[in-house]
This record gives sequence, C-alpha cells and structure tokens, in this order.
Amino acid sequence: MTSELPAVTTSVAPQTVWTEEVHWLDRIPRSVAMLLLLGVFVGVWQAVYTLRLISPIIMPSPLETVIDIVTVAINLLTGDYMLRALWITTQEVLVGFIIAVVLGFLLGLLVGETAFGERAVMPYLVGINAAPKVAFAPLFVSWLGFGIASKIALSAFVAIFPIIVGTAAGIHAADQNARMLFRTMGATRWQTLTKLKLPYGMPHFFGGLKNAAVLVVVGAVVGEFLGGGKGFGELIRMAASMINTPRVFALILFLSLLGLGMFWAVIHAQRKLIFWHRETVADEMFE
Amino acid sequence: MSTGTAQSPLPAGLQDRPVVYELRGVSKTYKRRNVHALEKIDLRLTEGAFWGIIGSSGCGKSTLLKIMSGLLSPSEGSVVLSGKPVTGPRRDIGMMFQQPTLFPWRTSIENVVLPIEIRDGKEAAAAKHAAARALLELVGLKGFEQVYPNELSGGMAQRVAICRMLITEPTVLLLDEPFSALDELSRDFMDMELQRICKELNATAFLVTHSIPEAVILSDVVSVMSPRPGRIGATVTIDLPRPRTLDMMTEPHFGALVRQIRGLLDKGAFL
Repeated sequence: MTSELPAVTTSVAPQTVWTEEVHWLDRIPRSVAMLLLLGVFVGVWQAVYTLRLISPIIMPSPLETVIDIVTVAINLLTGDYMLRALWITTQEVLVGFIIAVVLGFLLGLLVGETAFGERAVMPYLVGINAAPKVAFAPLFVSWLGFGIASKIALSAFVAIFPIIVGTAAGIHAADQNARMLFRTMGATRWQTLTKLKLPYGMPHFFGGLKNAAVLVVVGAVVGEFLGGGKGFGELIRMAASMINTPRVFALILFLSLLGLGMFWAVIHAQRKLIFWHRETVADEMFE
Repeated sequence: MSTGTAQSPLPAGLQDRPVVYELRGVSKTYKRRNVHALEKIDLRLTEGAFWGIIGSSGCGKSTLLKIMSGLLSPSEGSVVLSGKPVTGPRRDIGMMFQQPTLFPWRTSIENVVLPIEIRDGKEAAAAKHAAARALLELVGLKGFEQVYPNELSGGMAQRVAICRMLITEPTVLLLDEPFSALDELSRDFMDMELQRICKELNATAFLVTHSIPEAVILSDVVSVMSPRPGRIGATVTIDLPRPRTLDMMTEPHFGALVRQIRGLLDKGAFL
C-alpha cells in the first residue's frame, strides 16, 4: 500500500532545532535568587537607615540587627537564660500541638463520620472558629494561672481548628465509586473508616497539620504576651518595652525557626505516611 | 431479534442453562425527588451468558446496577441470584466501574486481595496471595504484583481491578462501563481480554456501556434502555460466533447489528 512520494526538488532546509526562550529572571537558580532578594532587601533597609527616613530608635541598621542576632545565638548556644526561655516556649508549642492533634482528630472524626456530629457539633465549632481565638487568652490565664498551662491551652485552642477541618474534610474525600466498592464488598463501618476514609483523607489531615504547626507558635507567643511567664514571648515583650528593636528582630527570627522546625517535622511525617500523594510546592522547598 | 421478554432472547445454546440472575418487575421510584427511575424491568440471565445494556446517560442504568448488586432496594419487584433473593451486598457478585478505583497506598496484589481482607480478615487475604498472583498472570500482569497503582497505565490499572473483582470467585459480574475511560486501542484489547476471562471462568456477565460496538462484540444479547422512566426496550440477539475477534468488527453482519441497535436507540432513547 505504500507509494513513493515524488521527490522534493527544493534544496534541503537547514535544521530547525530551537529552544524556548526563558526570561533571564526565571533562569536564576533558587539559592542565588534568594540571596539576591535578601541583598535588595538589606540594601533598601540600609538606605532607609542612612537617609534617616525613619527614626533610628525604632528602626535599627542591618548591622546592629545582625550583631544582635549573633548575640542571641551565642546566648542560646551557651545555654544561657534565652535558651531556658526558648525551651519553655518549645514545651508549650509541643504539648499544645500534641493536644491539638489528638483532640482535633477526635473532633474531626465526630464531625466527619457521624451525622450527629455534623448536625449538632459542627455549628458550634464553626461559631467558635469565627471568634478571634486569641481573645480567649485572658480567660485561660484566669482559669489556669500565669504558668505554662495557660499558654499550652491557648496554643492548642488556636491550632485545633485546622486539624478538625482537615480531618472532617478528609473523611469526606473518598470518592463515590470507592465507597460503593466497599459496600459491595460488605465492609463494616469501621473497615470503611480505617481502610478507605482515613487513608484517603490523609492529605487533607496533613494540610490541617501544616496550618496547625504554624498557628501553635502564634498561640504560645500571644499567650506569653498576655499572660506573662518566662518564655520567649516575654523576652520579646521586654525588649520591645525598652525599645531594643534589634533584639526584637533577632528574637522573632529565632522564633520563626521554631515554627519552621514544626512545619518541617510535619512535612517529613507526611512523606513517610502518604508516600503515594503528590507533593505541593511548599513541601518541595524542604527537599 | 425479539422484542419484549416473553421468550428468552438468549441464543439457543444458552437458553436451557440454569438461571443465575432473575429480575421480575423491578421498579424504582425516588419518592423525595419524585423521580421514576426504573419501570418494570424483567431480566433473565442463564449461566455463562453475557448480557449488554446500551442506553444514554440518565436512563437509569446505574440505578439498575445498584439494585442488582444489592446496594439499593427496588420499590417494587424481585431480584433473585442463584435462587436466593438479593437483599444486600453479596459476595457472589463482582463489580467493576468506569474508573479502576484502586487504592494508591496498596500494591497491585494488596488491591486484588482487598475484598478477601474485608470479608475474612488479614490472614485469609495472605492465604489468597497465590490465587491473586495467578489472576494477575491471567491478565498479563506477571511481575507487577508489588507495584503501586501510580506506576500503572490506565489499562493495567483496570486489569488489576478485574482481578480484584474475580478474587472472590463471583457467580456474576456486573460491569459498569468498565473500559470507557480507556483509549480506543486499549479498550478493544481489554474487551478481548474480558471475553477470554469470562470464557475461562464460565462467568455470567452483565455489561452497561455507551459503546454499541463494544456491546455487540462482547454480548450474547444486547438490550436497549430508554430513559424517564428507565425501561428495557428492544432486545437484540447477537448471533456472531464465539470466540469473537476484533476482525469481526469489519464484517457486514457486525455492521448490520450495530446499525440495528443504533436505529432502536434513535427511536426511543433521546426524547
């Protein structure tokens, strides 16, 4: 069935190998791009400082800030009072997170799996979630005192909602055919929950955990701002009241590292547990 | 061709076999939405028969399948499988959907033995691994036992789903557009695979599909379903010899059967 095509008489065309054009900005590798942006930021900052656009009392120079970061780092590394403060805040964050995960998971199960939970419990949770949760801080202080307990309570309280939502949404995530298949196999409710709904819902659950991991630090620090104690939040409050702005910046930086550490831990747990799930851009940054 | 169900439209060789599935006067009305989904469906499948149903979307096919598989109760009528009334999910029914519906956290073989794990526990499932391996080999997936579904092509995933359906040794297979998500080439191939498997296991099958050629090439009988309320209209006996081959699709008789069914659909189904 094949037939010879008439020979093409025109001369052989030059090769048409070509590459797509990529803007030079998009060709910069991540590490260089990050350093570049940091450089621009510090440059502008230095300019603002040098030109005295903002009073140096409230806006320190980049150098002063770096010096203070080093001071704080040394204090932390030598196990001085700042490390003790950080340890207190870390404890609040960890215990608050564990409480939020356990309670949030159970409440999420109740709301997601049972009709009663969805009808009766859910409306109240939505209501409480709409309230500014840190406003409850004074209540926790009066109930639990100025110690670590009131901060744990606030951080758990702030972090629990994304976990409830993630768990409940996860339970609803299993697709219709999969549910039908489980029914045709005669699966019990418990089997459907443990072998279908929970594994299917894992990505949602971890989405909630990631939000919670960041919020739990917010809860602990706000708790310390409003309820005193000996944590890192208190150090920030004191530094701010003495208008020691470089110190505030430095402390915030190390506090961010705590949040970042929590986030990183969650993402690593996620990698281990839901190996089948495609990862998001935010996760990839922790490669 | 015969219309109605007064006599069985099954080919002569299949008529006197024992009856596996029997539906009598099955109707379904969804009271709340006031939808009349099915009206007086009568069906009689004998052992080893392959029955195809063609119908447009929303003709009540999925409602019919749910009733047949014991997921939904009919409003009227009776469904009997192997002499026992169907009043809930049954282990002698195997089901397959348009999507493979494999679970990504389980390897191929773990997906295949899932129905056993659900019914009889983990130990029973482990004991069935040899049978599962044999099934995977039957569908040409030897060596893919420990592979996760993410790494399988659409056709391969659907073949794993076939194995999962077969692991419980069901008496009847309910196939809900099983290959309509596949490309044309894989689909033809899978149709032939399905025929081979059905013959090997002497399975009774009930296929719902949108594709007239697929229904014709696989079935002994093709019924046309019309919507609102869903009812079985005309029924066409497919007298192509078995085993069927893809080459038959180019024969004039195949074309005639397809044309006949298309004509029946045009008459009733798209009002």
